[in-house]
Amino acid sequence: MIKFLIKGLIRDRSRSLFPVLIVAAGVFLMVFLYSWMQGVMGDMVSSNAQFNTGHVKIMTRAYEELAQQRPNDLAILGVNKVLEQMRNSEEKMIWTPRTHFGGLLDIPDENGETRTQGPVMGLAVDLLSQNSPEIKILNLTKALVKGKLPQQKNEILISEEFAQELGIQLGAQATLISSTMNGAMATHNFTIAGTVCFGITAMDKGAIIVGIKDIQAALDMPDGAGEIVGYSKNMLYDERAMKELTQNFNENYSRADDEFSPVMVSLREQNGLAEYLDVARSRVNVIIFIFLLAMSIVLWNSGLMNNLRRYGEIGVRLAMGEPKGSLYRYMIYESIFIGFIGSILGTLLGLAISYYFQYRGFDMGYLMKSSTMLISNVMRARVTETSYVIGFVPGLFAPTLGAIMAGIGIYRRQTAQLFKELEV
Amino acid sequence: MPLINIEKMIKRYPIGGREFTALNEIDLQFERGEFCGLIGPSGSGKTTLLNIIGSLDVPSEGRITVLGKGVEGLSAQEAARLRREHMGFIFQTYNLLPVYSVFENIEFPLLLMHMGSRERKKKVINALEWVGLSDKTDSKPAQLSGGEAQRVAIARAMVKQPELVLADEPTANLDADNSYNILKMMSRLNEELKTTFIFATHDEKVIGYLKRKIFLIDGRVAKDETVN
Ligand SMILES: Nc1ncnc2c1ncn2[C@@H]1O[C@H](COP(=O)(O)OP(=O)(O)OP(=O)(O)O)[C@@H](O)[C@H]1O
Ligand SMILES: [Mg+2]
Repeated sequence: MIKFLIKGLIRDRSRSLFPVLIVAAGVFLMVFLYSWMQGVMGDMVSSNAQFNTGHVKIMTRAYEELAQQRPNDLAILGVNKVLEQMRNSEEKMIWTPRTHFGGLLDIPDENGETRTQGPVMGLAVDLLSQNSPEIKILNLTKALVKGKLPQQKNEILISEEFAQELGIQLGAQATLISSTMNGAMATHNFTIAGTVCFGITAMDKGAIIVGIKDIQAALDMPDGAGEIVGYSKNMLYDERAMKELTQNFNENYSRADDEFSPVMVSLREQNGLAEYLDVARSRVNVIIFIFLLAMSIVLWNSGLMNNLRRYGEIGVRLAMGEPKGSLYRYMIYESIFIGFIGSILGTLLGLAISYYFQYRGFDMGYLMKSSTMLISNVMRARVTETSYVIGFVPGLFAPTLGAIMAGIGIYRRQTAQLFKELEV
Repeated sequence: MPLINIEKMIKRYPIGGREFTALNEIDLQFERGEFCGLIGPSGSGKTTLLNIIGSLDVPSEGRITVLGKGVEGLSAQEAARLRREHMGFIFQTYNLLPVYSVFENIEFPLLLMHMGSRERKKKVINALEWVGLSDKTDSKPAQLSGGEAQRVAIARAMVKQPELVLADEPTANLDADNSYNILKMMSRLNEELKTTFIFATHDEKVIGYLKRKIFLIDGRVAKDETVN
């Protein structure tokens, strides 16, 4: 009997192939949308972590209060000692110093007169020390467009876009005009070693990357750095672990009465990222929920229609003495079967495309020309565990629910009534 | 004991708060091996009566026993079983299952009875012979003419050799030649296998073949005559 019914199911494409395709398409959209949203969210976190917040960040209490302004007069002094201590006590983390600074970059002509200049957003990182983690964290090798990474003192990287704007050649001299940690005027000469492009509009507009030692000299902040950022070694942001780490650190080292004592904050607590993430996450959840609901209604309805369309067949089978219960059961098995196959196909396809976009990315840079957000121009999907199962909600349950509802119609009606409906 | 016994049976349908009496005080007996018809104008209650005999519907009042079972008291499962084991149905519109071959359509009632495959095959081949369609075994319903389709439907109703076959306007969609063939076929099966046939019809060609004619008018038996 089952064999007989399966045979019929496979032969009747309007009952097998098309519903499977409809379910698969719906499930595919669901899985991909979900993974895409996760990717965009995750990307926001990782770009911010990469260039700005770290997974955690250590600052002085005073600096932290004004952190948006990068007040280098409130920087951490004795950075090496702190670094060493952190590296010893938190072995699962990578620690590295950074200083953000602003200023003018002045490009002189052959006579030493200003040829051109422009405002820059500087990031000083550890470029030269052996096994510096920054090359990897900032993905510098990949970001390099022309030239080479700095190999010695006073060599810097500047953003490719900026270099073109100012017409700067590799190997050219550039003078940074800024202010020292104590507020005095500072000038310092650098050599352009290479140009970089990060694919993040905010970084590519006017950034320079400078060695931390050089900036210590330039801004007169010996053994100082604005911040020390920490990353989990696996580069994955684990909110709970970072919160714990932060609490421990602050209990041990941070003193409310000393504004130069260090304080550690996690990624979540910086730049209003917490609210942003929460809002974004809840928006994403709402979008996904609405989509899930819509998809479910569509598939539920198609499950319902598929079965209502079959009153004729159902009437004949009832007349020939097939019990209602068994007919109802087969209807539901059938839709579970269809839903299952469709969900698997849709999920596989959704995962495949999502994985593709996880590795390849999709360049949306042209949409973000004026973006100041630290968000990558290349949008990526991100497959999470939920991606594997989310499609089954609309794919399996909705059509089955439709079949159950259609079946209730069969149950409620007098056999003779169904029978009449089949005659017209 | 008669095959079917109907006593003071009434069937009412509710329509918009009021009740419509489709069958009124029906008293009828059918014996084994009868070849008879319910005849009457449209709306006279033929289909309604056939459906109740076929345990697809229940009477509002009165009693009806089919093969010794009271239809009015049967559960849905018991009714299904009664149909599955003892009855065959033939419809005006054939109602073959379109995705299955002729062979499979005829096989279906046997599958419902959980019959083994070898026995099924034997019976289906037999039934195909009765209706003269042995060469159409693998055709799909859409490839058959109306007459052939109705012959397949007859084979499907007959394959399990039921006691009772109920046919609602079986010739309404057929031309004279096909109607004639099909009736001859059914009357032959009636004689050879002693199957009881009850028709609902207003087709003169069918009426000519009947051995017993029950005339229904407005839900009542107006005349009940047996032809010798
Ligand atoms: N489910 C129903 N609800 C209400 N009235 C019904 C229902 N089924 C049948 N009737 C009414 O009962 C009467 C008898 O119907 P029935 O189908 O038995 O007629 P019939 O003799 O088979 O007619 P026809 O020759 O047109 O097939 C009709 O007047 C019909 O309108
Ligand atoms: Mg009728």
